[in-house]
Amino acid sequence: MSTRLSTHGRLIDRSQTIKFTFNGKWMRGHPGDTLASALLANDQMLVGRSFKYHRPRGIVASGAEEPNALVNMGKGPTFEPNQRATTTELFDGLTATSQNHWPSLEFDVGEINASLSRFLPAGFYYKTFMYPRAFWKHVYEPFIRQSAGLGQAPKDRDADTYEHFYAFTDILVIGGGVAGLQAAKAAADSGAKVLLVEQSSAWGGRAMVDQVDSETVNDTPVDKFVEEITAELAAMPNVTMRLRMMGAGVYDHGYVLAYERLNDHQPDADGPRHRLWRIRAKQTITATGAIERPLSFAGNDVPGVMLASAVRDYVVNFGVSPGDRTVIATNNDDAYLTAIILKKAGLDVPRIIDARPEGGGALMEEAKALGIRVDLGRAIAKVKGSRRVTKVQICNQAGEGGVLDEVACDAVAMSGGWSPVVHLWSHCGGKLLWDEGHAMFRPDGDNPPRGASGEGFVRCAGIANGAMDLAAVIADAHEAGKAAAKEAGFTPKRSKAPAATSRADAALLPVWLMPQGAKTELRAKSWLDFQNDVKVTDVQLAAREGFESVEHTKRYTTLGMATDQGKLSNINGLAILSDALGQPIPATGTTTFRPPYTPISMGAIAGEARGEVFQPIRRTPMHDWHDANGADWEPVGHWRRPYAFVRPGESVEAAVMREVTNTRESIGLLDASTLGKLIVKGPDAGRFLDMLYTNMMSTLKPGRCRYGLMCTENGFLTDDGVVARIDEDTFLCHTTTGGADRIHAHMEEWLQTEWWDWKVYVANVTEQYAQVAVVGPKARKLLEKLGGMDVSADELPFMGWADGTIGGFACRVYRISFSGELSFEIAVKASDGQAFWDALMEAGSEFGIQPYGTECLHIMRAEKGFIMIGDETDGTVIPQDLGLDWAISKKKEDYLGKRAQERSHMTDPNRWKLVGLETVDGSVLPDGAYAVGPGKNANGQRNMIGRVTSTYHSPTLGRGIAMGLVQHGPDRMGEVLEFPGTDGKTYKAKIVSPIFYDPEGEKQNV
Amino acid sequence: MLMLECPYCGVTADETELSPGGEAHLTRFGPGASDDEFHDYLFMRENPKGVHFERWRHAYGCGKWFHAARATDTLEVFGTYPAQTTKPPQEILDKISAKRPGWTWRDLK
Repeated sequence: MSTRLSTHGRLIDRSQTIKFTFNGKWMRGHPGDTLASALLANDQMLVGRSFKYHRPRGIVASGAEEPNALVNMGKGPTFEPNQRATTTELFDGLTATSQNHWPSLEFDVGEINASLSRFLPAGFYYKTFMYPRAFWKHVYEPFIRQSAGLGQAPKDRDADTYEHFYAFTDILVIGGGVAGLQAAKAAADSGAKVLLVEQSSAWGGRAMVDQVDSETVNDTPVDKFVEEITAELAAMPNVTMRLRMMGAGVYDHGYVLAYERLNDHQPDADGPRHRLWRIRAKQTITATGAIERPLSFAGNDVPGVMLASAVRDYVVNFGVSPGDRTVIATNNDDAYLTAIILKKAGLDVPRIIDARPEGGGALMEEAKALGIRVDLGRAIAKVKGSRRVTKVQICNQAGEGGVLDEVACDAVAMSGGWSPVVHLWSHCGGKLLWDEGHAMFRPDGDNPPRGASGEGFVRCAGIANGAMDLAAVIADAHEAGKAAAKEAGFTPKRSKAPAATSRADAALLPVWLMPQGAKTELRAKSWLDFQNDVKVTDVQLAAREGFESVEHTKRYTTLGMATDQGKLSNINGLAILSDALGQPIPATGTTTFRPPYTPISMGAIAGEARGEVFQPIRRTPMHDWHDANGADWEPVGHWRRPYAFVRPGESVEAAVMREVTNTRESIGLLDASTLGKLIVKGPDAGRFLDMLYTNMMSTLKPGRCRYGLMCTENGFLTDDGVVARIDEDTFLCHTTTGGADRIHAHMEEWLQTEWWDWKVYVANVTEQYAQVAVVGPKARKLLEKLGGMDVSADELPFMGWADGTIGGFACRVYRISFSGELSFEIAVKASDGQAFWDALMEAGSEFGIQPYGTECLHIMRAEKGFIMIGDETDGTVIPQDLGLDWAISKKKEDYLGKRAQERSHMTDPNRWKLVGLETVDGSVLPDGAYAVGPGKNANGQRNMIGRVTSTYHSPTLGRGIAMGLVQHGPDRMGEVLEFPGTDGKTYKAKIVSPIFYDPEGEKQNV
Repeated sequence: MLMLECPYCGVTADETELSPGGEAHLTRFGPGASDDEFHDYLFMRENPKGVHFERWRHAYGCGKWFHAARATDTLEVFGTYPAQTTKPPQEILDKISAKRPGWTWRDLK
């Protein structure tokens, strides 16, 4: 069993006991425990079920690389799935539950999948779920959805807060082990500003476990050295040190994201839970250490089989023994350290199984001297046990797995060597070298990630750089710190690295499969990726089936996917793949390392940007009045516009109908402030607008307005609006509500990059004005009542504008109409907007004035056959499609889009063109419905000959009206088309003119 | 995230402050151009692994368009310069030649 020891435990505070629950069961731990160490102290080795076969899984590692111990943390608004027990610090009242099983962790129905594993090999999704096709929707997809994914998505809104933090530093050091500390010190001694971050809650890293009793720096024990250098760094004003902060990703030009977990270990504390640091560093040093590799032998996933380094971490750091009798399996000297530590802690180590025929160096002798039996050239044939290791079977490494011996045990500590953590180095293009001696990839210092200057901006230090013993680590880190300082423009102190001891290890023997010639039945139980249930046989199958690229194999087998991203499995997997392909490992290469290093919370990514702050709303000057008067809001760009003004007891639909009828019969008010307003000014303004609009703007007279169309250079209609000429040099261009910023940018682009010698300035004055459309047959009466300027048809004719005052407000009045009614669009200073609106509403009450919203606007414009950008256009429509040829100048030599509109596809007579559509029975056509024609296309689908672009119920006409684009539409007047709806019905509509109401324009021109 | 210096306001800006504008130094073809010329102007773009000339706008800053000469493979930036020109300044071309002998881009060497 696994249990708490009475000795060891440098990180825990035994004087206090805290309580937590796992799957509803109360357990005890100490401050300083991780959830994993506390679970082990309570003999809870079984912590989850595997993804595919639902096999029982236990804790394997002690850090970020843990593949199995993923738990749900918290409840309700603080619920979070997939949290690694090994990096979760214990706190009083913690609640955790295990994942991926039903009905319980101990008894899981899904375990049946393990017996079916022959039928669930790599790629089984692709092979199994193809036929019959109808099964996909009703059988396969529901099944996959039920079984896919780790953990559950939270259902409640996250109760915690998060923030972003911007930091600028000369040198960023990631990793607070001895290498990171020494590199930070060497860099900081130059006077450079240094930020040092460590993902765990303590400084010193692995050396505090591995070297603490046996090795020295400057003749000082390692723990003393760490204590001293940490204190020195803390005293330096140019150094910032952060614990519980992980370097998450390295990006272009020295941008680094780091993830600080402020309150995960103290959930009741004030302040944000996580902080995402957005760092700009001149130089980054990654001192991120290495991760131990598992060995691939049959049953290496049985709970109780752990990394050798993790076993000693639990003993030394937390005073927890993972097992009473631990067998060691190794191909290198490092695992002997585990045996020695266990033995000295009074635990039983019945056997060390070393795959190397010659065995190890000094550590082996030390282990032997402690009375531990060492078997050389041997391997584990198979681990026995289901929910917990019961024994191991031993064979020759060189053989096929014939059992020579059996040893009873309840834990296995395995070590397949170490892989430097090169993730951060690789994120932004750092290249790797294959180190044959240590069988690992390490950074290629000649090919670093490069910054704007063309020089490298990341360097690795210590074990992360392939320096494998303490003396080399300290020396490498010291040089890295000095080199980074120099590169950042500082003068490093002339100093030597502190002298440290080094261990004389015997060489490692690469072992990718145990035993070397393992039979299929053993390989089929040898796990490479514990999290995704990928076995040696799966990778070999993928190779046989032609997935030779490591990236293809990854996706076919799922090796190295999900939350751990193959931190344990990748190197072993690609070694197996290389062997299957008969090529050396470097020829296979690695999959791409992508940020973040370990998963970071969605909350941290969002930071403060949630709720109202997520996307600030733009409000017109009359926004609050609308809100108080029943506005049903509609988002338009970043604006909110009233869709309709709904009265108490009224439905939204009824409100819209009332608004249309009232505006058509008496008078309505529309807040048009959101329309874009761009001032284009200068001696070349007319020439410039002639290039931007399809029609001629330079001939427009001051005091007059003209409707214009704007196309992109590829000919497609992008915006429309009314242009008013203010004076000889000045135009005011109205744009659509959503188009103001885009069209402003469009104008700037052409002015700055193509016609930079033209004398024109553009200014976006959209928010400087409040604009109100006064619309309806009684509009003029209202303005005359308020008085101040002549708005008669003679003085201010249709498509004219004038400056003046109305009701005492300085204003500019445009006689333009988007409704077909007599209409004045009146612009006043933004600050006068609400008062002007109030004055109109008050004076208009005797005429029956009512405000109206965007849906009423839409219906009225559709009744008139006016197009709407975004409804009738979708980025593939040219003005000619919409019957707008009258707005395209034939005289102009050039305008943006003119040449494109001459291309053969644009002049194709088969292009769909704008028509009106009238349902035969007066109902409303479904929006976006397609008209079907005779015959079928190459895919056996019915041919489509048109589609609905706008569709409404017109209260004016008492029937459904629509516009649409139809092949040869204008030549097919009177023809009835069929529109199948998604509701199963087929709608019939007659092709008519798109102008349904007042085709002569008599109502607007009065 | 790239950083580029805006040649107008002198700010070294994060990519989030900028908007990309595709390939630099295109010659506009309009009415009268052949189908091939117009097609090439509209659609054909360089896609180099190495030296490239791009348009950027300091969209959330001074609003100005500028050009950047940089390497797409290493993200090295050789320089930025105002957009009101039809070809890169000689000093930037010299700098590229010094760092990447034998480079080519369209008809530039």
